[in-house]
Amino acid sequence: MRRYMASGALVLALVWIGSTLVPRGNPGAFDLASFGRLPVLADGRIKPMDTVARTSLLMLQGRQRLAAADGRALTPEEWLLDVLFRPEVADAYRIFRIDNSEVLSLFGLGAGESAGQVRFSFAQLQSGLPELDRQAQLAGPVDAAARTSFQRAVVELREHLEYYGRLKYSLQTPDGFDLSAVLDDPGRLAAGRPGFETMEAFSLLRAIPPPAPSARLDEWQSMGRSLLRALPAGAVDRPVRFYAAIGRAWKAGQAADFNAAVGAYRADLSPRFAPLLRRCSLESLFNQAEPFFTSLVLYVAAFLLAVASWLKWPAELGRAAFRLMTVAFLLATAGIVARMWLEGRPPVTNLYSSALFIGWGSVALCLVLERLNRNAVASSAGSLIGFGTLVIAHNLSLSGDTLEMMRAVLDSNFWLSTHVVTVTTGYASTFLAGFLAIIYIVRGVFSRTLDRPTADSLAGMVYGIVCFATLFSFVGTVLGGIWADQSWGRFWGWDPKENGALIIVLWNAVILHCRWGGLVRQRGLMCLAVFGNIVTAWSWFGTNMLGVGLHSYGFTNAAFQGLVAFVALQLAVIGVAAIPRAKWRSAALAGPA
Amino acid sequence: MPMPRPNPFALFTSLRLTVVLLLLSIMLVFAATLDQVHLGVWGVQEKYFRSFFVFGHVPGTGFLFPVFPGGFLLGGVLIVNLVAAHLYRFRFAWNKLGIWLTHAGLILLLVGEGLSGMLQQDHQMRIDVGQTRRYSESFRETELAIVETTHPGYDDVVAIPAALLAAGAPIQHPMLPFLVKPVAFFPNAMLRTRSQAPGGPPSVATAGEGADIVATPIPLTTKPDEANWPTGYVELAGPEGSQGTFLVSTMLQQPEAFAYQGRTWRLALRARRDYLPFTITLLKFTHDIYPGTDIPRDFASTIRLRSDDGRDDREIRIFMNSPLRFGGRAFYQAGYANNDRTTVLQVVRNPSWRIPYVSCALIALGLAGQFGIHLLAFFRRRPGAPPGNRAAAAAPGMASSPPSP
Repeated sequence: MRRYMASGALVLALVWIGSTLVPRGNPGAFDLASFGRLPVLADGRIKPMDTVARTSLLMLQGRQRLAAADGRALTPEEWLLDVLFRPEVADAYRIFRIDNSEVLSLFGLGAGESAGQVRFSFAQLQSGLPELDRQAQLAGPVDAAARTSFQRAVVELREHLEYYGRLKYSLQTPDGFDLSAVLDDPGRLAAGRPGFETMEAFSLLRAIPPPAPSARLDEWQSMGRSLLRALPAGAVDRPVRFYAAIGRAWKAGQAADFNAAVGAYRADLSPRFAPLLRRCSLESLFNQAEPFFTSLVLYVAAFLLAVASWLKWPAELGRAAFRLMTVAFLLATAGIVARMWLEGRPPVTNLYSSALFIGWGSVALCLVLERLNRNAVASSAGSLIGFGTLVIAHNLSLSGDTLEMMRAVLDSNFWLSTHVVTVTTGYASTFLAGFLAIIYIVRGVFSRTLDRPTADSLAGMVYGIVCFATLFSFVGTVLGGIWADQSWGRFWGWDPKENGALIIVLWNAVILHCRWGGLVRQRGLMCLAVFGNIVTAWSWFGTNMLGVGLHSYGFTNAAFQGLVAFVALQLAVIGVAAIPRAKWRSAALAGPA
Repeated sequence: MPMPRPNPFALFTSLRLTVVLLLLSIMLVFAATLDQVHLGVWGVQEKYFRSFFVFGHVPGTGFLFPVFPGGFLLGGVLIVNLVAAHLYRFRFAWNKLGIWLTHAGLILLLVGEGLSGMLQQDHQMRIDVGQTRRYSESFRETELAIVETTHPGYDDVVAIPAALLAAGAPIQHPMLPFLVKPVAFFPNAMLRTRSQAPGGPPSVATAGEGADIVATPIPLTTKPDEANWPTGYVELAGPEGSQGTFLVSTMLQQPEAFAYQGRTWRLALRARRDYLPFTITLLKFTHDIYPGTDIPRDFASTIRLRSDDGRDDREIRIFMNSPLRFGGRAFYQAGYANNDRTTVLQVVRNPSWRIPYVSCALIALGLAGQFGIHLLAFFRRRPGAPPGNRAAAAAPGMASSPPSP
């Protein structure tokens, strides 16, 4: 039994991963999967409907799961189709997450029937919209950084409602004009003009592709614009007809018609847009497989196995942990590569992808360390960081599409792939040193498992990783300086993010000099490395929270409390390390170290 | 290892000092980062980095006292520390080459930053489509320009830095037949017409537009999207007495015109100008966004550059991440205004801009080399390696050269 544990864990993990890659069938008669792979232009890039549905749900309600009023689970595609074609049904779905109780009281919600709820439907919010508008106007002129939590929540909800409205009028007019019946009757079509104008002004999706593939994305049109251009001559674009047919079939609940319309549209597109359709299909598969979620669960399993291996069956459990971490790592690698391919960019382009990459880099280093030491220490640190960074990434994905477009100044694949990747590797390794140090302290103080050889091996790892971190954070920071010199005219501008990176370099230099100078021994080295976690977290997130500087591109509210808690935890660990050696449960360390 | 020679610089050679300096630097950088919310990035640089001491003041009074070492002091002592350590403590050895390179690069980096702090000038050029310019304007410094327009063929310009107006002493310039007496100077002020502010105090100005304007001093702003409007009053006095007190402000669009002894002048407070030995004409400005969003995709200025010596006359496209370097200056696409009809170029003059490149290459090389040596030692020390090697590599890198306490 024990002998097969590692292989068994590996096989289970692979089977599970395989199951996520099998395209999921449609829950009913409607071919939702094919609809989900249709391409549209939104947020400056072409993506499948599936991505629109999932990122919208994540942004509005913080999760992809959704249930209708009767408790039936909805797929993201079903929800999107209802929003696009059956607004009266969609308005009843509870998809607006509101956590702020003062905002709830604006709508008279949060008490009585709705007490304890956090998600509300558009219908529930509708009566309070004028007051919300007024509050949003009051909050508007206040600096984003100076807003109270109420004001932030008001502004955010206002943005979410606007987003929902824009999505809703992407393929239908606000006045319920029945498009499919009048497409071939120019006279009656013209009656829809006011509605088309609203659609042109507001629609979130540009769903109508140009007649032939073009590098110029702005040739993709909104449905409203396409209809307005068709009005004088009466020649309606073919994609408009297909969407009208899809909409009619969805409204009427006729699966056969729906599937025929979706199929016909795909067949119409495929001779001209074959590569695009392929990319959208892959993105849809990627969305559905959720490789980062699978990877996250595997990291948890690996961590538990690694910790268990210190107590019992070190060889077998340690090997199982290592294999699971390897699988999770390979899966995350595949996910990152898929994102790079979809985006045509280096791995790190925004805060979200920096979280993925920091985890990836740390785990890569841990795989090497574990091969060298085989004591499950690096496995546990790596899987813990892998898990933590994926949780952070998940929370960052709540702000919208994570494959967002790059602002002009960041639009340089050369610098993104050199500076950003290097400095992120620097972050990753500084974190890794800190987590290894936490393992040293926690195991040493609270368990008897930290014997002299393990302690020395940990100390060696921390020291080596700090050297590595110094090199990468320095080179990364310098490359950032060179980029800044190339694009802004100064090598160093004391911008908060630059300062954060500089502090990491300086802190690593402090650790190295303290060790070289004999100012600290093993325990001191560990405390300094744990403090490195605080320094890195500050640079990664804290600097963005100041709301000043050229790098303040990724601010998130909820992150602040997380940061404070993280810092407190690190300080607590350092405090624990300050307990006199004689009181540590691992007695082997009591002697001179 | 031989006994270290006693030396008079023991303090400066110590590794403890290095660590203390690094820690102080971290604290300085951290405090400066936080203070950016209040002071803005330029204010922070003056207060924390381009200074020998960071000053604080006793609450409730204007009394200033140093509370923390500033960037120049920390950088300077760090250089002394490094040089002293290398002179007295380190002995050159090939396996320490990495450390030598790293420290040499670091010294160069600190010197370069110091030089940049002293030498770098940041200007901007705002050019409308079709317009030709031959000067750049300072972001933060202003000057009082007194332009004699008597001669139809040319102007004579006397430019007085605003700092002299703030100092308050009368200024006599050989090209001017009158004395310029600064009466008051405000680094930032709000200007309103008398009709907008009927209750305002009477104007100090006795001549020109300023007599009808109420100027109220307001605190300096550091917000990136707000500008300061330096404003002052200057009195012009000839031998026969005062010729009037004028209001000057960067907020006033039109210069004041006046005549004296049959000659005519224009008077204006404006951004300090740096005249270039070439002209730049803006031919075209483009500003692309991603369709369906307001995320900027690209800004680009197509300009024509003509040098006075006639050797350069060509078209150049300046866009994000692709500046023009010419005439000892670098021109960056910084912004746009006026419905995309005006481009804003940032003009940076920094004779020491190459130093960081060299120093960083040295440091990167040094770190990579030194840690490479450590890594080799680590692999030799691993279980399974011959025991002799394990002992030899037990104290990797610099640990084999303990500092003299």
